[in-house]
Amino acid sequence: MVEQLLNVQNLETHFKTPEGIVHAVNGVSFTLTEGETLGVVGESGCGKSVTMLSCLRLIACPPGKIVAGEAIFRGKDLLKMSSEEIRHVRGGQISMVFQDPMTSLNPVMTIGKQLAEPLMLHLNMTSEQARNRSIELLSLVGIPNAADRLKDYPHQYSGGMRQRVMIAMALSCNPQILIADEPTTALDVTIQAQIVDLVKRLRDELGMAIIWITHDLGVVASIAHRVMVMYGGYIIEEAEVKELYANPRHPYTLGLLGSLPQIHEQAHTKLFSIEGMPPVLYQKPTACPFAPRCTWVTEKCWKENPLLEPVAPGHRVACWVDTKSGSKR
Amino acid sequence: MTTLTTPSADNSLLKEVLPDRKIGRVERILGPENYRIVKGLLKTPASILGFILIGIFVLIAIFAPLIAPPVGNDPYKIPRDGFGGEPKPMGTEWKKNVPDIPFWYKAVTGKDEWVHLLGTAQGQYDIFYGIIWGTRTAFKTGFIVVVATFLIGVIIGSISAYYGGIVDNILMRIVDIFMTIPFIMMALIMAAVLTPMIGRSLIPATLALITFGWMGYSRVIRADILSVKQRDFVLAARVAGVKDGRILFKHIIPNAIFPTLVLASLGIGDVVLSFAALSFLGIGTEIGYADWGQVLSFARNWITSLGDYWYIVVWPGLTLMFFVMGWNLVGDAMRDVLDPRMRGKS
Repeated sequence: MVEQLLNVQNLETHFKTPEGIVHAVNGVSFTLTEGETLGVVGESGCGKSVTMLSCLRLIACPPGKIVAGEAIFRGKDLLKMSSEEIRHVRGGQISMVFQDPMTSLNPVMTIGKQLAEPLMLHLNMTSEQARNRSIELLSLVGIPNAADRLKDYPHQYSGGMRQRVMIAMALSCNPQILIADEPTTALDVTIQAQIVDLVKRLRDELGMAIIWITHDLGVVASIAHRVMVMYGGYIIEEAEVKELYANPRHPYTLGLLGSLPQIHEQAHTKLFSIEGMPPVLYQKPTACPFAPRCTWVTEKCWKENPLLEPVAPGHRVACWVDTKSGSKR
Repeated sequence: MTTLTTPSADNSLLKEVLPDRKIGRVERILGPENYRIVKGLLKTPASILGFILIGIFVLIAIFAPLIAPPVGNDPYKIPRDGFGGEPKPMGTEWKKNVPDIPFWYKAVTGKDEWVHLLGTAQGQYDIFYGIIWGTRTAFKTGFIVVVATFLIGVIIGSISAYYGGIVDNILMRIVDIFMTIPFIMMALIMAAVLTPMIGRSLIPATLALITFGWMGYSRVIRADILSVKQRDFVLAARVAGVKDGRILFKHIIPNAIFPTLVLASLGIGDVVLSFAALSFLGIGTEIGYADWGQVLSFARNWITSLGDYWYIVVWPGLTLMFFVMGWNLVGDAMRDVLDPRMRGKS
């Protein structure tokens, strides 16, 4: 039995806005085992990032608030830790890479100083040790002339290089979990591929678990072991990556996969898209949040929100309709 | 037609076609970003004029003892040629309290004896001495007040922005209250209270300027911190587990302080002007202390017949004007260079 690294149960996060309370994360439960890569997919505004930020208690409070749930990391609840304890977890044991490398680095600090910061903080290194380790880290993520480039400021780096620096920073203290929040979205395609390869290589070398948040189903297929599809603050489908691509069950997952361009598709056919926008939930929904956009919608969908239930080994879906046979549950 | 060659992947060949940008020694020492700022500051005629003006005043302040050799023990006391009330015009011979002749005097004026180069003010105070030694007073008060108000403003603004919520609300309402208080009236009251306690000196006016001068800085830095706080690298620092204080001082303030620094550079001129206004009203230094506002205030009784006594207003007035102008030109140039929105426009 592989050890469970992170166990999140019934996580609920709300945001107070002038229009009312927004239910951003609604009872999300998932687990992450050691060395595993978990892909999290969904449209913008589905609660993917908020879920992960909630686990690290990085939600701005106010207006955000974690109202319920627990996140057990190595036997301790992250949500109940003292601020000093959680500070040591952040960066030290769980670290994060963000979407936009152009804004994630401090423009008035040299790369070397920024890399050294977590090292000196969590590993109590001297500035000399931190410098040497920084050079190692930069070489590890494939930046040439690492020793010289430590003196540079972020604006002297390209977007791809900055994302490499962010990854180096995130990995500097040998974290057990790396949360990658759309790390390739802001990069162009060739650099995306390089970054994905880099992360895969580092995962094999260092053996950390990864939570990879993305819109890009192609990237997920190439990197993840298991995939979680989120919609409206709920997990609506969860399966091993091969199972999900081979037997997608939820209409939303079907829609997402259907909207990928196919290489054999005839030219000039319009790309499939799911009509409408993800909802902003001002109260706990009593219907399935996907119902308004769903082509399979039944009467029951408007009356009750389906729960996540297993349909096959390791495959869970929250839907009233069995899209495989077309029968209602 | 050139012959085709196989790619060699050797970038050094490119150098023949595309030579590298020349990087001068100054640029290498300062670094590209600082070099851009310095270059920008020295580009427009207005900013160069500003730097020249300030440079001249700095030289005057440094070499004051050579330009106007002090008379008596206290160099800041303007030497008096007797006690008569009526101002004397420029070029009048100096009879009592004559200072030593400095080395430049004969070459410039062609005279062997001291005359009142710019005339005397009421009470026979020499205007030339007032202006030369007043330059030191101007720099002193300007820097003290600006540094003090800047520090107070930055501290209050940073606390307010970083903690937000009720702390922000309370501090910003205090700022509002300070802004509604009429400055000149409060300065007069402060001077009236302080002068009997500590005597006439620079202190009452300086304190008044500090007490009522910090609000602008705190508002500007608060606004900038509020926007920098939202940027991704602050979240990234929090994810990395960096302590709150370090995030504020190492990550947020260095990114938010530039507009406030520009404001401070503009502030020196303003402070000296306000100080002169207070001196003119009679708050501030003891009578006869070298200070431009003081020299101007000697002109109060003669303002109705300026046709005859123009020199008692014009010389200190012009000095003050050039000083303030110099700082304003430099401040404007700094704003142009440091404001990222203005980048590439000039």
